[in-house]
Amino acid sequence: MSDHFEPVIVGFLCNWCSYRAADLAGTARIKYAPNLRPIRVMCSGRVDPQFVLQALRSGADGVLIAGCHPGECHYVNGNIKALRRFTLLRKTLEQWGIEQERVQLLWASASEGTVLAAAVNRMTEDLRALGPLRWGEKVLGDNGAAHLVVEEV
Amino acid sequence: MTENGKPKLAMYWASSCGGCEISVLNIHENILTVDEVFDIAFFPCIADFKIKDVEAYPDGYIDICLFNGAIRNSENEEMAQLLRQKSKVLVAFGSCAYEGCIPALSNLTTKKATFEKVYFNNPTIDNPDRILPQHSTEVAEGELTLPHFYHTVKSLDQVVEVDYFIPGCPPEPPQIWAVLQVVIGALTAGQPLPPAGSIIGAGTMALCDECTREKKEKTIKRFFRPYEIQPNPDQCLLEQGIICMGIATRSGCGALCPSVGIGCRGCYGPPDGVEDQGAKMLSAIASVLDVGHESMDEDVLEELIQEAVDTIADPAGTFYRFSMAHSILKRVKNGKGAA
Ligand code: SF4
Ligand code: SF4
Ligand code: FES
Repeated sequence: MSDHFEPVIVGFLCNWCSYRAADLAGTARIKYAPNLRPIRVMCSGRVDPQFVLQALRSGADGVLIAGCHPGECHYVNGNIKALRRFTLLRKTLEQWGIEQERVQLLWASASEGTVLAAAVNRMTEDLRALGPLRWGEKVLGDNGAAHLVVEEV
Repeated sequence: MTENGKPKLAMYWASSCGGCEISVLNIHENILTVDEVFDIAFFPCIADFKIKDVEAYPDGYIDICLFNGAIRNSENEEMAQLLRQKSKVLVAFGSCAYEGCIPALSNLTTKKATFEKVYFNNPTIDNPDRILPQHSTEVAEGELTLPHFYHTVKSLDQVVEVDYFIPGCPPEPPQIWAVLQVVIGALTAGQPLPPAGSIIGAGTMALCDECTREKKEKTIKRFFRPYEIQPNPDQCLLEQGIICMGIATRSGCGALCPSVGIGCRGCYGPPDGVEDQGAKMLSAIASVLDVGHESMDEDVLEELIQEAVDTIADPAGTFYRFSMAHSILKRVKNGKGAA
């Protein structure tokens, strides 16, 4: 594996907190890993597990879901729902052989720019250590034609 | 159409159990109408045909081919290609051809692990010389070959173009008959066929829509495996903590399983608008799970939710029982998670 592997993290950030935390990290000129590709959602409870799978399938090395701390969700308990989904998704992804570090859930309020930045740094390091996921190519084979790989037994 | 002017019907099984054929025969006396209208061009389950016969047909000779079974090996794929070429209308018939079904559950593990289980570590197998089927074997008479066993099971539409999909494991006979009537109408009376690529012989909504169990608000604290609970006969099974895939499954079977107290397994695949049935189910399950409250400490919350989630023994195998080949990720990374 090349030393220059730069992990791609797709981030689903809640509009009311974590997205603002990312904004704050920017305006406060906090330096952190440039590996996050943020997508703004209205609440962490909006993140359908299909989004996470689609991101992994389409080339992300990891996915970060970030929302308001429990008790602070704009929609009361969207983040509790997100936590339930995440917990069940994590268990399912384990069966897929996908390492826990690749899909993470974070609580970061609008004032916690440093928390978000630190989490992105940490996750980037985690993913660097794990190496690229490259699902389409490494797991499904070129073109998704993994069935053509005749494996020796 | 040929000599006697009758349209040609074919049915072929790839990686499947044969239940789809039985389901076709279960349209009872209507099978006589099928026989009246169609000429059987290829149907190994009920009549003796050879591949050579099919190869000799001109392209598009078969008017409608019901193809059941998943693509597990190279022979399945070759037959799919041959039948595609020889058929005007190719139907992915049943869950295996449509979305992988039970054969594609092996996408949750590896080919290597599958072979280990089938040929070595199996209580009914004694194989001290560790003999495995080989693609090619030399014998005195020459070379013998077996098809290549693929790493990943695929659905029919992942190897050839498919005109229609009929879901179900197996499709329900009344639904099959309804579809055949449409086809017969089109062939004999020029009635229109559904648009290409449609899912036919099923509904569009979630199965709950046709389930007669009483539905209230779902507040589930934990899940039960079937042997752990005696279900109340009238109430929604999911509300009782029994995993029922009805909320993430296409209607069409008439809610057969819930009507006899068994949670829907999901054999009709996802309803309209859902790409990944398992992820949809996962999402729905998490939404009805009434554990954890926003007033709780973060650690307590995590622990409680983890405990509740752990009452689901095998989420991947449960939520993707029929749809692994059509799922977004299609197979596991290295099979380590699924022993
Ligand atoms: S979840 Fe199952 S038992 Fe409940 S309404 Fe839906 S199909 Fe019926
Ligand atoms: S209830 Fe579910 S598993 Fe049972 S036949 Fe209908 S779709 Fe299939
Ligand atoms: S509004 Fe931020 S997590 Fe719900």
